[in-house]
Amino acid sequence: MDLLNALVALANYIIVPGIAYGSQLALGALGVTLVYGILRFSNFTHGETMSAGAMFAILFMWLFQSLGISIAPLPTIVLGLVPAIICMIIYLLITDRLVYRYYRQQKAKPVIFLVASTGLMFLTNGIIRFIIGPDEQRVSDGARFVLKAREFKQLTGLNEGLAIKTSQLITVIAAVVIVAALFWFLEKTKSGKSMRAYSDNENLALLSGINPDRVVMIAWTLTAILATIAGALYGLDKGYKPFTYLQLLLPVFASAIVGGLGSPIGAIVGGFIIAFSEVTITYAFKKVVKYLVPESWAPEGLVQLLSTDYKFAVSFVILVVVLIVMPTGIFRGKSL
Amino acid sequence: MSYLIGQNMTGGYGRGADILHDCTVGVEKGEIAVIVGPNGAGKSTAMKAVFGMLNLREGSVLIDGEDITGLTPQARVRKGMAFVPQTENVFPSMTVEDNLRMGAFIREDDITQSMEQVFGLFPILEEKRLQPAGELSGGQRQQVAVGRALMTQPKVLMLDEPTAGVSPIVMDELFDRIIEVARTGIAILMVEQNAKQALNIADKGYVLVQGRNRFTDTGAALLADPEVRKAFLGG
Repeated sequence: MDLLNALVALANYIIVPGIAYGSQLALGALGVTLVYGILRFSNFTHGETMSAGAMFAILFMWLFQSLGISIAPLPTIVLGLVPAIICMIIYLLITDRLVYRYYRQQKAKPVIFLVASTGLMFLTNGIIRFIIGPDEQRVSDGARFVLKAREFKQLTGLNEGLAIKTSQLITVIAAVVIVAALFWFLEKTKSGKSMRAYSDNENLALLSGINPDRVVMIAWTLTAILATIAGALYGLDKGYKPFTYLQLLLPVFASAIVGGLGSPIGAIVGGFIIAFSEVTITYAFKKVVKYLVPESWAPEGLVQLLSTDYKFAVSFVILVVVLIVMPTGIFRGKSL
Repeated sequence: MSYLIGQNMTGGYGRGADILHDCTVGVEKGEIAVIVGPNGAGKSTAMKAVFGMLNLREGSVLIDGEDITGLTPQARVRKGMAFVPQTENVFPSMTVEDNLRMGAFIREDDITQSMEQVFGLFPILEEKRLQPAGELSGGQRQQVAVGRALMTQPKVLMLDEPTAGVSPIVMDELFDRIIEVARTGIAILMVEQNAKQALNIADKGYVLVQGRNRFTDTGAALLADPEVRKAFLGG
């Protein structure tokens, strides 16, 4: 019986990575939910938007590195975020002007928007691979750890180490700041309130003199900010590879739907639910169990519910169950 | 010529068949005009036509002598028109106070006075100011809807069946409030199912049948007209 070591192992392998991954999913899901609330369609391009944002951040990171600009111990990619966000705002506004605006004027059904966004997803993916290539890029520089496992062991004298990566800490801090800023914007400013009003009741918003073009523009701007930061943080944490963002779309959508599409709080809660489910179900608990039970009881197997290869199955199962049992999600968003 | 008038309007939704045929409705400042008629007579359509929510093939809409036929509904809001739709006329997830603030979206000046006026008119809204509008009763929601429209400081207030789905007591109450609003100099154009009560408070009444003007007179005269009574008011 060694409760303390078990807890530290749990924190090291589940809680810390879960919080970081949950923050990334929450930021991604916020973008999805925002587009759904304002433009009323499921934006399948969102994964690629995150990827493109991360790509721009990396391109600017390389530029800054070649100029010798650094903000060590923070990774240089954080500096690349600002110009990357500006590039992504421009990119999203261009795609809106060229693709979605036409369908808005036609008052097209949501499913047509969805198909258009799927096309845009492939296009964006192609552009990204054309520019940066399909290979994995190493993103993290600067200090790699805030807290090293070895230091933690020396500090506490425990067998288990607790490591916190710089990228994880940055992810969580950035997520908290961004979410706070987003909620402040939506709850306190006139523009933010007009967006909520537009999402609540489009016709009445028009009757109140709210300019729909402006609302749509702000929605894309916020989406660009959220997606770029989410994408870059994910790349910083796990390495940037264009292909992984295609797969990331599923947990991001699952998060938004579990929380309730159109509900910003739901997107955050959904992000953490999906992240912790994935991490918990695919983690081999052998190490933790070993500390908790007498030695003779120690399990021979890994005590792992699912192999990590199946981690996307977890989001799938949660998604299906939520759609069957409570299609509007936890925070009663709009049903699909 | 009335302050607001939609004259000889002919048109329908999208490319569909015409619903209105040479239909004319108008209202003076400080007066109440009511559009009544059987189901499917085009009452709400006439209202929406005046507000620019459907394309007119013929006819025009004038406010204070200015032709606004080509303007979008949003542009008409800036011309001093306000519209309360029959259903979905509040922002359900927003508080009563935010609903009113959204009503005043186009205004840059101080809106506290307008808000006080609305609270004076509908005291219950002040009590519920921090409650989401979606949680209110039907009658209270209707008050929020009217209050939101008044926040733009409109010269014309258009109401599409404001008493639909509320109890008779609340209906009388709402009509009283509407008269109060008219006394402040606002022109009120409304569609009503409860034709008798509506004509009772109306300065002017329009009876529409199949998208055409059938009878047009003062509210009292229409109520006294035996033909109107027999055909539309149940004797």
